[in-house]
Amino acid sequence: MIRVELPAHLRTLAGVNGEVTLELGPDAPGVVTLGDALDALEARYPVLRGTIRDHHTGRRRAFVRFFACKEDLSHEQADFPLPEPVIAGSEPLLVVGAMAGG
Amino acid sequence: MTGVRVLVGTRKGAFVLTSDGTRKVWDVNGPHFAGWEIYHAKGSPADPNRLYVSQSTSWFGQQIQRSDDGGQSWQAVGHEFSYEGIPGTHQWYDGTPHPWEFARVWHLEPSLHDPDTVYAGVEDAALFRSADGGQHWQELSGLRNHQSGSSWQPGAGGMCLHTILLDPTREGRMFAAISAAGAFRSDDSGENWRPVNNGLHSEGIPDPEAEVGHCVHRIAMHPSRPDVLFMQKHWDVMRSDDAGASWHEISGDLPTDFGFPISVHAHEPDTVYVVPITSDALHFPPDGRLRVFRSRAGGNEWEPLTDGLPQENCYVNVLRDAMDVDTLDDCGVYFGTTGGQVYASADSGDSWSAIVRDLPAVLSVEVQTLS
Repeated sequence: MIRVELPAHLRTLAGVNGEVTLELGPDAPGVVTLGDALDALEARYPVLRGTIRDHHTGRRRAFVRFFACKEDLSHEQADFPLPEPVIAGSEPLLVVGAMAGG
Repeated sequence: MTGVRVLVGTRKGAFVLTSDGTRKVWDVNGPHFAGWEIYHAKGSPADPNRLYVSQSTSWFGQQIQRSDDGGQSWQAVGHEFSYEGIPGTHQWYDGTPHPWEFARVWHLEPSLHDPDTVYAGVEDAALFRSADGGQHWQELSGLRNHQSGSSWQPGAGGMCLHTILLDPTREGRMFAAISAAGAFRSDDSGENWRPVNNGLHSEGIPDPEAEVGHCVHRIAMHPSRPDVLFMQKHWDVMRSDDAGASWHEISGDLPTDFGFPISVHAHEPDTVYVVPITSDALHFPPDGRLRVFRSRAGGNEWEPLTDGLPQENCYVNVLRDAMDVDTLDDCGVYFGTTGGQVYASADSGDSWSAIVRDLPAVLSVEVQTLS
């Protein structure tokens, strides 16, 4: 089980409160990638397609960041294996709107 | 019992303002989609309960919302806008080639006859159409692929297709306007387009009378006389009597001919409204006085309308999609400001009052007259 924490606007859009939990089967034993998690998130909430990753290129939108276990995963590729605590469900994958304002 | 529904798009959500035919007491409902930019919301002329909303942020991109019950409930529909083929490039601000990139939907124009058909004008400039209530969008690429497309360049707000006018009398005729490319006309339902900018004169481009490159801010049409078009250009208020084939200036005695919106009275095709703004450098009314100007002569002769509008210390702007009229017997005129006020006149502009004063900056105002 993967826990995903979404920014407020995307929680509203998806109609969820709090964290989202996703059941994922690893491609290889113990491996779940960043792309797997995002694919599963979009499959469960189709309205989120295009809001985190560009519809056409599949690339992370410029003002969106991915954090987990105090690490910045924003620039990792889709096949990047998520940290073990995220796969184990003890830590969430954070989808974050880039800081703005003053 | 007749009534009026005013759809207001703001920087931080949508609001629905409703009143009965007297237009004296208003209900303010919202914000819908709080925190998102609502560039435009518009109802279907064929089914007033069918509403379309453009909802976006720079963070999370574009959404389209649809209501089938006049705004009581909403459904997120399709929001994938893919340019046909390889998009190529247009000019960037400095004249260098820049790839066509979708940013947002500026304007939604529902079909006059079919609630499920709606057009979308987007940034970077292109025209899309949905025939299934907004679930799927297909580009009408004949516009962007016009031979001049690679030379189009953005205005300060981006390279947006912000105006779509549908001719109610000629099947297939439609107009689109792009900042800063100009006005275009199609006579075959959007398949093929030609620029219609003859007579426009714009400083700041190499050839002031070029076929394209003009920063058209808004075009308006009266449905009873669709060959007559009124235009608020970056500078200059213009008129065409031949469906855009040629334009002549009607700025006349306006205090400044810079501005954004332009609207036509519901029952008097030669009565036109503009909101003069000081200049392209000073996006607020001259002398801090918010004045709508009305011409009853189809241009050139303008009268200031000030009753009920602030006449000192007013430094708001009125954006291009933020003025509209109702079709009640005594035509109502409405506009919203970047200061969050929505002003209404129930007497063709003679007097004004604020329906609401403290909304987020208003991006768009569309009016539905309900029976």
